[in-house]
Amino acid sequence: MKRALIIGATSAMAEATARGLAQRGAALYLVGRNAQRVAAIASDLTTRGASQVGYEALDVNDFAAHEAMLDRAMRAAGGLDIVLIAHGTLSDQHACEGSVDLTMRELSTNALSVVALCTRIAPRLAMQGCGTLAVISSVAGDRGRRSNYVYGSAKALVSAYLSGLRQQLSPAGVQVLTIKPGFVDTPMTAAFAKGPLWASPQRVAAGILSAIEKRRDVVYLPGFWRPVMWIMRMIPEGIFKRVAL
Amino acid sequence: MQRGPPRIVSSWGNVARGEHRVYGFSSRFEDFPDISGGCTVLPFGNGRSYGDSCLNVGGALLETRTLDRFIRFDADQGTLSCEAGVQLADILSVVVPAGWFPCVLPGTQYVTVGGAIANDVHGKNHHRAGTFGCHVTRFELLRPDGERMSCSAEETPDWFAATIGGLGLTGVVTWAQMRLRRVAGPWLDVESIRCADLDELLELSIESAKDFEYTVAWVDCLARGRRLGRGILQRANHADGAASAPRPAGGTGFAVPFAPPVSLVNSATLRLFNAAHYHRRRLRTRTVQHFQRFFFPLDGIRHWNRLYGPRGFHQYQCVIPGSGAGEAARSLLGAVAAAGEGSFLAILKCFGDRASPGLLSFPQSGITLALDFPNRGAPLAALFGRLDAIVAQSGGRLYPAKDARMPGDLFRAGYPRHGEFLRFTNPRCSSSFWRRVMADA
Repeated sequence: MKRALIIGATSAMAEATARGLAQRGAALYLVGRNAQRVAAIASDLTTRGASQVGYEALDVNDFAAHEAMLDRAMRAAGGLDIVLIAHGTLSDQHACEGSVDLTMRELSTNALSVVALCTRIAPRLAMQGCGTLAVISSVAGDRGRRSNYVYGSAKALVSAYLSGLRQQLSPAGVQVLTIKPGFVDTPMTAAFAKGPLWASPQRVAAGILSAIEKRRDVVYLPGFWRPVMWIMRMIPEGIFKRVAL
Repeated sequence: MQRGPPRIVSSWGNVARGEHRVYGFSSRFEDFPDISGGCTVLPFGNGRSYGDSCLNVGGALLETRTLDRFIRFDADQGTLSCEAGVQLADILSVVVPAGWFPCVLPGTQYVTVGGAIANDVHGKNHHRAGTFGCHVTRFELLRPDGERMSCSAEETPDWFAATIGGLGLTGVVTWAQMRLRRVAGPWLDVESIRCADLDELLELSIESAKDFEYTVAWVDCLARGRRLGRGILQRANHADGAASAPRPAGGTGFAVPFAPPVSLVNSATLRLFNAAHYHRRRLRTRTVQHFQRFFFPLDGIRHWNRLYGPRGFHQYQCVIPGSGAGEAARSLLGAVAAAGEGSFLAILKCFGDRASPGLLSFPQSGITLALDFPNRGAPLAALFGRLDAIVAQSGGRLYPAKDARMPGDLFRAGYPRHGEFLRFTNPRCSSSFWRRVMADA
């Protein structure tokens, strides 16, 4: 039986992943901003087979509250095998360009809060000498693009941070998994027209669970994004700056 | 919230489609979304209705598929509450291992609870259990004006009766509570019996209702003359816990990847299939089957509706009440056979006399006949006209969930309580079906 802490548990990808874990009888601890919605998801996961579900409401930007939350989560489950960090907001790029406050807030939610959480989670997992820290980054972090570079740069920070953390925790036997989804059909992306490149949260969740099982380092979900983003990164800046993306 | 720009949405039969603004929920606690432009809105589950009763072309759809959380499953009492977008397949995967079973299952498990309520669906045990709505004890109705009503037969009998079978026109159901029934396991004892003509089929069907919980018949609708109405009756009961048989692959089986340019279901393939299906069976066989195979034979082939090609298909499902039902069924099958418009799926079932809870519920005591036809345009329309006349003459009615073409007067004659129902429809809810059948009222 796995014990998992899921931060950002009301996100569609996190919820789909949690269902997969629940079906395998995992013990879960859910953290989300909206107490009512986290509670509803906890009931659902209990019905779907989770052996135990705890939950609490938390604003991830309240860094000082992280430590106590982690204590409660570890106590509830008696240790942690998987920590999934899945919270995020899809920044309105245009609005960010007109507001320093909004930009800073987006960077805090999507990058700094993740770093704060990982800073506190890393020594706990290192001390256990096992476990998985899985974090949802994004293909958007692979290269800054005009249409979403505030969100993209926050995810770039997360990806780079995890790369270093992986080097640090690998000797201790801890898996650090960077998850880079492409376009996912979730309430966060409700306003976009959907095409063939879009994946369902269920498909991404299946990829996350399989990557945890195989102890992968970095996964693109679905996998075709890996070559796509490689090409994207290879385009010289002199050409890239003239491309509308 | 709105899910992107206007989108083409089509229903299961692929004959009705059109542009919709699509809205969705991220939780059941959310308010009814603000529908822009003052257009009408219709709740949309998994789109398994065959015709236009789940569409609102030119207006808005409110998707419930993200309302897919269980709320509570009481494995001692056998009650389940869940959000309206939960599909019956999910319910089965949760309750069967605990020894419970839905009281009523339609022919596909890929319908949502909200859709099952809005169409008051029925199954092979109608003669025992009545409709899906008979086992719904409570639900929440969220209306476009923002009002939330907790509905039950005791506290709000009028709204309860209007919303069950109400085609989504009273508002959106956000969650529901239902009773389940005990089972020993996932297996059924199934008997298949070949019947040489309609009389034999009807007689055996009525007789089987006494001792078998589930009865349904497949009819070879290409057979004519003295063979008219020949077919295979299946009757079944839940097996005790000791029974076992291989579990079918379920959803991981075949899929139809795209619609072929022409329908693969045509008179030549049908003649072959029907003759083979009829003669393949011995006179009587008894098997133990997993419930997936017994209840949902077509769910094993994903997107089977694509077999009918880009023009799609119609399903014609009627119910004929009373003592003249047998004769009317004979006339209907005679008209189909004479037209040579063979139907791949011709299903006959005797409904029982348990009253349906909804003002617009389809099932009533009598014989129901369901026929699938590839959409061949004018010749098929002419046949439907002849079938309509038989149904109207015998006081029967057609099933809105399957329909994309019934005339308004046939609907209104078949559903005498539609006037009463009108008092509960929300002015901001509408559907393509509703506008069509009420246009000339």
